[in-house]
Parts: sequence; C-alpha cells; structure tokens
Amino acid sequence: MIINHPLLGPRDSAEFVYMGDASLIERPDPEAENAADQFHDYAYLRDNPAGELRELWFHEGGDRSWLVVTRDTRTHEISKVELARDVARSKGRSL
Amino acid sequence: MRYSGIKVIKEALTGHKGWKPAWREPDPKPHYDIVIIGGGGHGLATAHYLAKVYKQKNIAVIEKGWIGGGNVGRNTTIIRSNYLLDGNEPFYEFSLKLWEGLEQDLNYNAMVSQRGIMNLIHSDAQRDAFVRRGNAMILNGADAEYLDEAQIRAEYPFLKFDDQRFPIKGGLAQRRGGTVRHDAVAWGYARSADNHGVDIIQNCEVTGFKIENGVCKGIETSRGFIGAGKVGCAVAGNSGRLMGMAGMRLPIESHVLQAFVSEGLKPVLPGVITFGAGHFYVSQSDKGGLVFGGDLDGYNSYAQRGNLPVVEDVCEGGMAIMPMIGRARLLRMWGGIMDMSMDGSPYIDKTHIEGLYFNGGWCYGGFKATPASGYTFAHLLANDAPHETATAYRLDRFKTGHMIDEKGQGNQPNLH
Repeated sequence: MIINHPLLGPRDSAEFVYMGDASLIERPDPEAENAADQFHDYAYLRDNPAGELRELWFHEGGDRSWLVVTRDTRTHEISKVELARDVARSKGRSL
Repeated sequence: MRYSGIKVIKEALTGHKGWKPAWREPDPKPHYDIVIIGGGGHGLATAHYLAKVYKQKNIAVIEKGWIGGGNVGRNTTIIRSNYLLDGNEPFYEFSLKLWEGLEQDLNYNAMVSQRGIMNLIHSDAQRDAFVRRGNAMILNGADAEYLDEAQIRAEYPFLKFDDQRFPIKGGLAQRRGGTVRHDAVAWGYARSADNHGVDIIQNCEVTGFKIENGVCKGIETSRGFIGAGKVGCAVAGNSGRLMGMAGMRLPIESHVLQAFVSEGLKPVLPGVITFGAGHFYVSQSDKGGLVFGGDLDGYNSYAQRGNLPVVEDVCEGGMAIMPMIGRARLLRMWGGIMDMSMDGSPYIDKTHIEGLYFNGGWCYGGFKATPASGYTFAHLLANDAPHETATAYRLDRFKTGHMIDEKGQGNQPNLH
C-alpha cells in the first residue's frame, strides 16, 4: 500500500505503524459521571466496519507525524490522508 | 454402510455415478430451537456437540457461502495446547484431547497427526519464559518437554543453529501437538451433525436480527425470516459485521493473516517448527508442501489477501531459521480474516440480548480450538451456563479487569 503523505508525498506503508481506529483521537472526558464506562468503550470496543474506515498511521520510519487515513477495508484503497493534528484541531482537541 | 471396499470397487467399475452427498441440502424451516450462524469449523462443531452430547433437537446451521469455505479452509492446520494462562490452558488442553478422539467420534478420517510442535528458544530470558510455560502446561494436564540444543540438532539437523542474531539454544516441545487435515474437520462435523438431524443451510446470508424488547426472536436471511429460540453466532473474521446488525460493538478488530505453501517435496520436516523471534512457523503437509506463515499484515482488513511487505518478512524468517527453504518454490499464498481481540483471547459468552450468544475473537488460533469451541459453545447454548473450561471467555472481561493477555501487549489487537 502507498500512503500519500500530505507533507512528504507518496510513501510505502511499511514506513508506518498502524495505530487503529481514528476515533481514538476522541478521548472521553475523565471528569465525566460515567468516565469508567466511557473509557472502557473508548479503549476496548470498535466499530470494525467492512468498508470505509478512518484510522491512525504513525510515520515511524519517516517524519514521525501521525496521519488519519481513510481506507476501504475490503479493497485497501485509500481515499483520503490528513494530518492527525489537523483532524484533532478541527475537533477543538489540539493547539 | 455408505462406504466400503466393495462399494469403492463397484463405483470404480461403474464410473463413480452412485455416490451420494454426505449431507442433505434442506430448505430452511420457519422456526428452529437453536440456529447457529456460520458453517465453518466452529459452527459445525457446535451443531455436532449440541445434537450428540447435549441431545438438543431442531437445530440449523446457516452459512452464507458453502460450508468450510472460510477460515477452516484457510489456516495452517496446526493443533497444540501450549498456553500459559489459567483462563486459556485448560480450554486448549480440552481441545487437544477432543482432537485425539475426533476421528472415532465422527467416524471420519481427519488425518489427525500428532507429529509434535517445537517452539525454538534463542536466549536465557526466552528459555526462562518457555520453561515457565511448560510447567504451566504440565500443571494443567498437558505435556511439555524442554529440549537443549543437542536434542534439537538430532531431530532437526537442517535448522540454522549459529545464526548471529537468533542462535538456537533450545526448544519447548509438545509431542501431542501436530496437524490435522482442516477441510476434513469441517466435512466430518457437517456429516455428523447432518446425521443427527441438524439442517445445514448453505448459500443463506444473514441480513439482520429480529430483536423485540431485548429478546432475539430469529434472523432475517437472504432466504427469508427464520425464527429461533436461541441464536449462536460463530463467524470469526466477520463478527464485527454480524454483531453490528444486532447493534453491538465488540472488543474486536478484523485483520488479515497470510499463509503460504511451497511445491510438494519429499518428507523433510518431521514436525511443526515455530520461530517466534523471527515471526515464522512451518510444517509439512501430507501432500509434501511446506506450509508456513508469519505475522498479521497489521491493519484492519476484510480483503482475503495481504500485501508484499509481510510476504518478504515471512520469507526472510524462513531463510533465517531453515535456509534450505530457499530451494523450494512458493506454490500458493492466500489471506484469511481474523477476529483480533483486545487481549488475544477469544469470547464464548451470552450477549446482553436474550437468546443471542456469541463465539468469536479467535485471533489466529481458531483452528486448534475448533472441537473445544464447538463443545463449550454447545454447552453454553444448551445450559445457559459456561462450560468449566470456558468460564474466562467473557465479553465483559475488560470492564471487570479479567483480561487473558498471553503476550502482555494490552489493547493493541494487531500485536497479539
């Protein structure tokens, strides 16, 4: 698989480490009433779709940036690559 | 008698036109007491034990394709019970004991071959860990044997003992481990289940569950609605998709694992070798092909094929430990989809929906578990209580802190 890195251009996926569903960006509020349940769901449960999935790839063998890659799990076709930082910022989660 | 020497001769002389199918192809009935979703090894084994051991009647197995077309036909056929943790080892040892009696139980030649499995050791730390594991196995009634380098040299002289990075210092052997003809397992269970009156319904895809007030009343399928008293799901690889139809999110990710077979060779490899440090394991099939595999590709996938970096990695592992493999040509390679769970261990449990039961999360260890998975799932379906060897496989174990994490990797499914 080739991941089209937003800063570096097309890179071999072997340079990356797969870090799972991009919903992990949305860490629950630890102060919430039901924080234990929310963290259980956050840490252990997955949608695991057959189809389009937004997922985190860490460019360990490159510029060490985190990416959010939108990929079809049935075909491995990648339709979108974003910097995870930008995604987090758009959700108001990062500076 | 369906099969006999006389029958073989008669059929040979008359063009093999008199053989009958080994199981029926019934149309689905409007209602069953128990419906098993998934006509793979685990689902068919569940149906067999439900009917034969637990004396249940009115059972159906629903399969979207043909039986045995999924992971039971895509694995590398190894059986073993070399686990460390209390939640796992009694279950896998129960499974190995069932394998030992499987052919008599089914009256079917599944080519169970206890040729032994050997985990290689390369360092003092690994030796300590494997000796501990061996002791845990023995405590649970399994067999385990520590071998030093000289003993392994005597059995496997062709391995690369003096590798710079991973010199072979010893091994943990389980002599009762081995291989089984995987397709025959599906067929044997199917024939036995069918003989006990189970309806095996192929080419029937589940499209939804009928759930009313928290109770599962049946399933919607491509061949219409099928009512059910209890529904058991055994579709590892696709558990996320199926249980999603019941509104459940699971502690599972689906990943692709590749496997490989070389051209047929004369017998060269007596048992199963695992080279964990190099992500490689190998055995030789009865047809002569070297059957080998390695790690997951590492990303979520429902495509039954992988990518080249892992092919390269596996072949490098093979060359590192068993250089003669470089002389064999690769015949075939393929991928299968694994339910990778959050701690590397499976689930056999009720769900929060009454009448809906779940079996999955087998990671890449589902084949060896087939008999015990079927037996214990049947026990759960029949008695509404877990079998004594499968009490730890609960869906809520992450909430209660009772993970069964053999490798200590945490909630990273692609690392188990």
